[in-house]
Amino acid sequence: MSNLFGFDGGDTWLHHLSGATKMLAFVGISIIAMASYDLRFTAAIMVMSLILFYQAKIKWSQVSLVVKIITAFSLLNLITVYLFSPEYGVQLYGTRHLLFGSGYLTVTSEQLFYELNLLSKYIVTVPLALIFLITTNPSEFAASLNKIHLSYKVSYSVALALRYIPDIQNVYHQISLSQQARGYELSKKAKFSQRLKGSAQILMPLIFSSLDRIDTVSQAMELRRFGRKKHRTWYMDHPFAWQDWLTLAGTAAIILIGAWLFKVNGGRFYNPFR
Amino acid sequence: MAKNKQSSNELFSVRTVVAIGIGTAIIFILKRWVSIPTGFPNTNIDTSYGFLGFMSVLFGPVAGFIMGFLGHALNDFTQYGTPWWTWVFTTGLVGGVIGLFWKRLDVSKGDFGKKKLIGYNVVSGLTNLIAWAAIAPTLDVLVYSEPANKVYIQGLISAVSNIISGAVIGSILLAAYAASRTRSGSLKKED
Amino acid sequence: MSKPAIIFDHVTYQYDSQAEPTLHDINLTINQGEKVLIIGPSGSGKSTLGNLINGLIPHAIPGKITGQVTVMGQDVENSSLFDLSLHVGTVLQDPDSQFVGLTAAEDIAFAMENDATPQAEMKTRVRQWATTLGIKDQLGQSPQALSGGQKQRTAMAGVLVDEGDVLLFDEPLAALDPATGKQSIELIDDLHRRLGITVVIIEHRLEEVLAQPVDRVIVMQDGRIIANETPEALLKTPLLREIGLREPLYLEALDLAGIDFNDTTGITSVNTIEAPNLKQKLSDWLTGEPAHQKPAGLKPLLAIKDLTFGYPKGPKLFDHFDLTINRGDMLALVGENGVGKTTLSQLITGFVKPDAGTMTFAGADLATQSVKERADQIGYIMQDPNQMISKIKIFDEVALGLTLRGVDEATIKAKVEDALKICGLYPFRNWPISALSFGQKKRVTIASILTLSPQLLILDEPTAGQDWRHYTAMMRFLEKLNRDSGITMLLITHDMHLMLEYATRTVVLGHSGILLDAEPAKVLTEPAIIKQARLAETSLYTLAKRMDMDPFAFTAAVIAHERQERHV
Ligand SMILES: Nc1ncnc2c1ncn2[C@@H]1O[C@H](COP(=O)(O)OP(=O)(O)OP(=O)(O)O)[C@@H](O)[C@H]1O
Ligand SMILES: Nc1ncnc2c1ncn2[C@@H]1O[C@H](COP(=O)(O)OP(=O)(O)OP(=O)(O)O)[C@@H](O)[C@H]1O
Ligand SMILES: [Mg+2]
Ligand SMILES: [Mg+2]
Repeated sequence: MSNLFGFDGGDTWLHHLSGATKMLAFVGISIIAMASYDLRFTAAIMVMSLILFYQAKIKWSQVSLVVKIITAFSLLNLITVYLFSPEYGVQLYGTRHLLFGSGYLTVTSEQLFYELNLLSKYIVTVPLALIFLITTNPSEFAASLNKIHLSYKVSYSVALALRYIPDIQNVYHQISLSQQARGYELSKKAKFSQRLKGSAQILMPLIFSSLDRIDTVSQAMELRRFGRKKHRTWYMDHPFAWQDWLTLAGTAAIILIGAWLFKVNGGRFYNPFR
Repeated sequence: MAKNKQSSNELFSVRTVVAIGIGTAIIFILKRWVSIPTGFPNTNIDTSYGFLGFMSVLFGPVAGFIMGFLGHALNDFTQYGTPWWTWVFTTGLVGGVIGLFWKRLDVSKGDFGKKKLIGYNVVSGLTNLIAWAAIAPTLDVLVYSEPANKVYIQGLISAVSNIISGAVIGSILLAAYAASRTRSGSLKKED
Repeated sequence: MSKPAIIFDHVTYQYDSQAEPTLHDINLTINQGEKVLIIGPSGSGKSTLGNLINGLIPHAIPGKITGQVTVMGQDVENSSLFDLSLHVGTVLQDPDSQFVGLTAAEDIAFAMENDATPQAEMKTRVRQWATTLGIKDQLGQSPQALSGGQKQRTAMAGVLVDEGDVLLFDEPLAALDPATGKQSIELIDDLHRRLGITVVIIEHRLEEVLAQPVDRVIVMQDGRIIANETPEALLKTPLLREIGLREPLYLEALDLAGIDFNDTTGITSVNTIEAPNLKQKLSDWLTGEPAHQKPAGLKPLLAIKDLTFGYPKGPKLFDHFDLTINRGDMLALVGENGVGKTTLSQLITGFVKPDAGTMTFAGADLATQSVKERADQIGYIMQDPNQMISKIKIFDEVALGLTLRGVDEATIKAKVEDALKICGLYPFRNWPISALSFGQKKRVTIASILTLSPQLLILDEPTAGQDWRHYTAMMRFLEKLNRDSGITMLLITHDMHLMLEYATRTVVLGHSGILLDAEPAKVLTEPAIIKQARLAETSLYTLAKRMDMDPFAFTAAVIAHERQERHV
């Protein structure tokens, strides 16, 4: 894996959007979806993000693994919530429609509805996140962060993080290989406990070589004048186009609708039981 | 005489920028691949908290906050599709608060004696405790409206495991780092 | 005309961690528009001197300076790194550490980005320099997917884009194939002449640098400047030899033929050198030399069949590739930058997995063996020392393999100390590796594999960045291992003379498989292959041609002579 973002240079309008636009849209939508407990609203967002997902022409094989992990994680969380507070929905919505069960483990419509809301929150932005990961060029992304007035030093840290995740994974791999080449068995042929110990052994050199690297890389950057001026330009910069403005306007509209629903519902919760 | 112009003491030097980048990458990788099962179901000692404590002491509060925030956000984002913003923010906070003590806990000269060891563990322990047992779950209730008993128990378990990670791994790293600093004037060719 | 660009005035420098100064009382003036070469044994302080010019010392690496360094009128100690970097462009020695961009293109553009150059201009300039340096196709690649030589060229491009007053190159040639090395030196010379910039080159490969005119050569030893002369004057003295540096090869031949260098003219190039009766003396000497026969291995040790491999998304590097390495071979693997030499060694050691094909080692199928099991028989020294080093202290690093094999401590100590002595590192054994020069680091990795006595030893560019004394000591030891203990060697190298002198067999790797598999000297008789694989003929060969002698026999005779001298 040489590219964390799984970036795949395609040619849809989503690929051409600026990284910052996509990030702002993602953050905006994920925050309003996080705040809202109106299933109609989150479901609508879900439908929209699936349509976008389709438009980005992403192949199922590119995302199947992460979708499976997310499903498992969401189910686990829903079950935990139920086990801890089977009547939490009743408490929130103020009515009680018992479906079945008795004693502690009861199942009510309110609880089911509440958990459905939770589920929609867990997954509503997933297609958007995947779109972001697959259609955003990491370098362009860093450049675009700077354009939305994040300080260029912070933007560059983000760029460096993205640059070094695959690199350090690689270093981890290299150190592991070179340890094995010196006689440390870490392949499937070793016992599990030995492999565990082995990976711990790799961490130290990994961390310490990274500290050295911080020094040499910052020296190399200073030699090429990073930090000298108040501004810098970006090789991978990409001008904002009307699609960007339109996307941002759309995002703002969604946020406004979400906020308006707060008012209509008299709070964060949409309550169908009353 | 040369003035020591090493920029390591500034809050946001070029070195800090690089440290944030590389530190974030390592946090990401630790979160992803290196967790030690505690024996409790579904709980891991997340080694990244030890590393975060260590890096915050080395590079200060700004670096600590951004590293924690970004590392956690990137991991959530690529693993679950949604950053769990409350916990992401709390991780940043942990890095930032431990980082506030970087001048006092300075190990770059190679001394990490008993006093600093205790100092670090107190700072890291308290920060992690307050962050995970109180701040993160409270934010969860406020923002996500999750059941309180669930999130506080989750918080408590994380608090315990992160305190352990912060203490054990952080101390080991700090001690090793201090030991690796060659004292000035100590290198001589030997026959 | 001769305004000074760089002035060292009684400069002594001591790294914070060192007990003694690394540079002693340096006095040096380099004028604007001059081109200066700095040579000296590994660890003599060349990179340290370079870092005083670009300001990394003292601004990023702490230490104690006395005296004053002035660069383009600025006092280095009291001006910022930024101001200095506008005047001095540096290509650092360690190719990996200087990459910051996500792709080669961004890395080249980095300085321009920081100067807030408009994007369109950056794009044209990046394209232009990438074309000049032959890395146009790699622009979109991430730095870790570049071969050693491609990395070095990217780094060069990144500095050349911003056309400072002084260009400082710390071993620009170490990882380049001979033809590219020659081109780079021509390129540097062209820049020097066209732009009138001051050029400082630190390099072990003296002969290659002297292929283009150099104003002065500065020789360092133990942190002092021991000579500061024109190349002509320097080459006429025996100084280089005395301090363990290699003279140009053609001079060695002249020396063998008993020619006094003081009688020569045009000594700096094999194409211009003249001496009274030169031709006569050389051919007299040649007839006096007996012909030499080299032994060759017979029983196969490693058989590679039908190997197919390409990195994901990359082109196929190997397509139904076959190669058999015989027991006792001292095999040199040569070929252009990026052709897949390192990749081949990583396929053999199991670092990367082939797409198809079989590899059989001593009768056993390698595919079923883990990296560790392969390593019990195959020692591998990687091209980039930083990728191998995992301990803080030198001794621990060299001992690592033995410790992991559970060898007892007394044996470890004895073996490690032996290996350290062979590699000239014994005095430093208790130092942290971070306090070593680049060449010293590389030797640490060699020492750490020498302790393991494998059946096959793969050395990826063992002599890059080494001075002649250490190079010879190591190569002799390897040769002895090969001769006495029958250890098979696979040497990956860009050094033609190393190949001729030490290898018993040469494999030339090309883009479509093996171009030639023969006795080393045979390579030189095939101009088409030399061209295709971007190799170069040695100056011995050129000299013989110029003198109308049989170049093949002449080269063989000089090398045979050197070998004999070694074995007595
Ligand atoms: N960061 C450092 N801290 C302490 N000592 C150092 C440091 N860097 C180099 N040295 C020491 O200074 C001496 C000179 O090193 P330098 O890198 O200048 O050598 P060099 O001539 O460039 O060698 P090479 O040809 O191998 O690159 C070496 O003995 C080395 O141990
Ligand atoms: N990890 C990698 N991922 C993708 N491509 C790679 C990777 N490593 C190397 N390559 C590519 O494979 C080709 C062969 O690289 P390799 O390092 O084997 O070359 P080499 O013959 O050793 O060159 P050099 O003499 O410059 O060291 C190069 O074009 C390089 O860009
Ligand atoms: Mg050097
Ligand atoms: Mg290579």
